[in-house]
Amino acid sequence: MAIEVRNVSKSFGPTPVLEDVSVDVAAGSLTALLGPSGGGKSTLLRIIAGLEYPDAGHVIISGRDATALAPQRRNVGFVFQHYAAFKHMSVFDNVAFGLQIRKRPKAEIRRRVAELLELVHLEQLANRFPSQLSGGQRQRMALARALAVEPEVLLLDEPFGALDAQVRKELRTWLRRLHDEVHVTTVFVTHDQEEAIEVADTIVVLAGGRVEQAGSPHELYEHPANPFVMSFLGPVTRIDGRLVRPHDLDVLPGPERDSIPATVTRITRLGFEVRLEVSVDGSDAWAQVTRGRADALDLEPGGTVHIRVHPAARTLAAETLAAV
Amino acid sequence: MGVAAVAERGVTRYALRSVALAYLTVLLIVPVGLIVWRTFGAGLGPFWDALSAPSALHALRVTVVVAAWAVALNTVFGVGTAILLVRHDFPGRRLLNALVDLPMAVSPVVVGLALILVYGRFAPAGGWLEAIGIQVIFSVPGMVLATVFISLPLVVRAVAPVLEELGEEQEQAARTLGAGSWQTFRRITLPGIRWALGYGVVLCLARALGEYGAVAVVSGRLVDQTQTLTLFVEERFQNFDQPAAFAASTALALLAIVTLLLTKLLRSKDR
Repeated sequence: MAIEVRNVSKSFGPTPVLEDVSVDVAAGSLTALLGPSGGGKSTLLRIIAGLEYPDAGHVIISGRDATALAPQRRNVGFVFQHYAAFKHMSVFDNVAFGLQIRKRPKAEIRRRVAELLELVHLEQLANRFPSQLSGGQRQRMALARALAVEPEVLLLDEPFGALDAQVRKELRTWLRRLHDEVHVTTVFVTHDQEEAIEVADTIVVLAGGRVEQAGSPHELYEHPANPFVMSFLGPVTRIDGRLVRPHDLDVLPGPERDSIPATVTRITRLGFEVRLEVSVDGSDAWAQVTRGRADALDLEPGGTVHIRVHPAARTLAAETLAAV
Repeated sequence: MGVAAVAERGVTRYALRSVALAYLTVLLIVPVGLIVWRTFGAGLGPFWDALSAPSALHALRVTVVVAAWAVALNTVFGVGTAILLVRHDFPGRRLLNALVDLPMAVSPVVVGLALILVYGRFAPAGGWLEAIGIQVIFSVPGMVLATVFISLPLVVRAVAPVLEELGEEQEQAARTLGAGSWQTFRRITLPGIRWALGYGVVLCLARALGEYGAVAVVSGRLVDQTQTLTLFVEERFQNFDQPAAFAASTALALLAIVTLLLTKLLRSKDR
């Protein structure tokens, strides 16, 4: 394990932020800490970096207990949501900072910074200042700066949170590719489940200061441990007192075994996918069907269809959802 | 909007401007202008002679020494306190925050008197210092103390808001990159606050050069010993040596104008 978080608790004043949290991060993995805001994920990341200290518990980095270690002795790279660019330094000096602190020879620094700037596609902008860069460029510079010191782990706190949607998507894909190239153990915080599923190979869901579930994106999506994880990681609808993915609902023209009748209330066509809102015994639900299927059923608002949960689908009892 | 309303607004604006200008003329421009006119009324020669007299030169030297010490001490204290107030949370932080402004509220004469009560020859602290050969009151150390006290908040109040705005993330980033506290301060924090610090230092310098009340009390006004330029002006004027008083006044006014220009320059750098 590259990072082991053992029974960490942390409060800010009277407010508990993390309660007995344990997380393992495998060496070389790309792990997402996913959860709603206020769930404690950023605090956990900052505790791993040494920017906050836990009230109880331990942080072990590469087999060494780092709980009481100052951030500058942990050999971690940290990327902030708002870049934390050194405003008075050029892009080159920003990236070179960690190497200069380590008193590396000038020639080596020049070579290494040039390599890194090439890696993040900023080689043309080495002499610019942060204020002359776009948000995406600043974040790539911050990433190069963190990578320059060859950290044992790379920690990213909502790295794309301040960027607009288009740039965010680009950087996501790019981060995945970068990780495949550099192989440094990486943990990033996000509240965007799509981002976590797309980029990470392991997801840790944190909510209310506790770990709800940890596993691969597939595992979490297909086998959520509880209604919270299920509804956080993808679309859900409630039918017959159970939570189910809307694409796991079979929509049938006539009654069949286990099917229940439903009234169509609204049909929304989103390109290939059709979102079918229905009313079952007075409560609302929705199903996701393909365009072809919707055309074959000849759906009309006010019409009646029959709905059945797909036999292979996994469902969860919905009762506990209200409590989360 | 009607034509009449526009005209009325124009009239109001001109009236306000005239009042402001008249106010400044009566209070500032005429008195300072008169001093400059009196100083240079007989040409540059007398001005130069008056300023290069031994007593004037000595007063200038004392002023510079006291101001330099005060600025140096307040720079260190000011930056340290600003960091303490902005970056740290501790019991008594609000009290410290309030205390920093105290010198602005207390009359300089009271400050001087208080220093005499603590460091005077017949006070325990002052007596002990005198016994080991350090004379505070009626000597340069006391004058430095008084000046430091008077200009205490200037650097803190110039630096603290900029430090606040700068945020902590750059410093934290430097930490994760391996920089220790001192390296982080020197390479990240200090460059971030440099213009604000410069502004605070210049303000502090201006205040130190112009200080009269507190220094008058603790210095004992010993001619050619503890006489600063401001004390020199007053003493010369009392002794009917008007050319010297005016020449020194003009020199102080010129220093003030230079510092004023410097602060303007540093303020604009921060934008």
